[in-house]
Amino acid sequence: MPRRKGAPEVNAGSMADIAFLLLIFFLVTTTIETDAGLDRMLPPMEPPDEDVVIKQKNIFTVNINKNGQLLAEEELTDLKDLRTKAIAFLDNGGAASGTPDYCSFCKGKRNPESSDNPSKAIISLKNDRETPYGTYITVQNELVGAYNDLRNREAQRLFRRDFTEMEAAFLNPETPQSVRDELKEKVQQIKDLFPQKLSEAETSTN
Amino acid sequence: MIRFKREKETDVPEISTASLPDIVFMLLFFFMTVTVMKSEKLKVNYVLPNASEVKKLEKPDRVIYIHIGKPTLEYATILGSGPRIQINDKFVDLSDVGPYVLGQIADKPEAIRPFMTIALKVDKHAGMGIILDVRQELRKINALKINYTTYEGDAYANLE
Repeated sequence: MPRRKGAPEVNAGSMADIAFLLLIFFLVTTTIETDAGLDRMLPPMEPPDEDVVIKQKNIFTVNINKNGQLLAEEELTDLKDLRTKAIAFLDNGGAASGTPDYCSFCKGKRNPESSDNPSKAIISLKNDRETPYGTYITVQNELVGAYNDLRNREAQRLFRRDFTEMEAAFLNPETPQSVRDELKEKVQQIKDLFPQKLSEAETSTN
Repeated sequence: MIRFKREKETDVPEISTASLPDIVFMLLFFFMTVTVMKSEKLKVNYVLPNASEVKKLEKPDRVIYIHIGKPTLEYATILGSGPRIQINDKFVDLSDVGPYVLGQIADKPEAIRPFMTIALKVDKHAGMGIILDVRQELRKINALKINYTTYEGDAYANLE
């Protein structure tokens, strides 16, 4: 009987099959997900030290009742019209030219009965305890959308870019630091033109 | 001439599959490293609402999740079908939301504590009441940065 030379070789032909099996398992279990949503800041618990007097005309009230119906500025409003109404209010620029509140970039109707300046304009959102969450999110989405539309308009005018795109690039950790530093200023500049003032006071119970 | 032609015909080269296992292994390692096994078991059911003006939640280590929805079938017999709050594998009472979130924040390195975001994953059919209560609890502990997690899509679809 001839003697074997060394150990017998292991057949590696099935290695690919085994690897494929594992590969398919991990392919199926992997979920590359990044969550997305609407960012909000809650008001701090401590009330401000001094009372701030806000003119009624600078407040845009939105009420949602428990059936999901909408009352914007005391008028029953369809959800689809909310964005247009909010934009008209924010972009109004009612202060007369020459006054310190005069808004030079506003394209609204300049109605003296509505908001003076986008930086003064406040949207106040009230909802019922039984309002469905989905409706609330839709309203939030429309109001944020109104701000984004206006900010995009100004960003296009000043930098020829969309604000939302600039902000996403700024927040993305993969963007190089130098680009982000540059974007930070521009993003802040646009945010100062249309600061997001969305107030949610304590809810009413009716 | 004839001979030349025949030689060319028989000479179809075979593709070598010797490197196939290497390629597959490469892919395998990629997916192995990317895979995150789902760490928490959801005890509540929810369908998130849609929104179009969303921002991505970057840096998952700076996010604390709060799930709100109806308990799953398994728990519905004990807890009923009202919306419940789940944080990290556990049902949590409203009064415990604050301490729980504070505990979560305290586990993080000090440098990122001020940047923590609370992501609310809430069923779109839940009432606003429970969300208002949770929000009030978060205000009490000064965790003010929140995110209503949504799917990206048409916001009007929420109304149905």
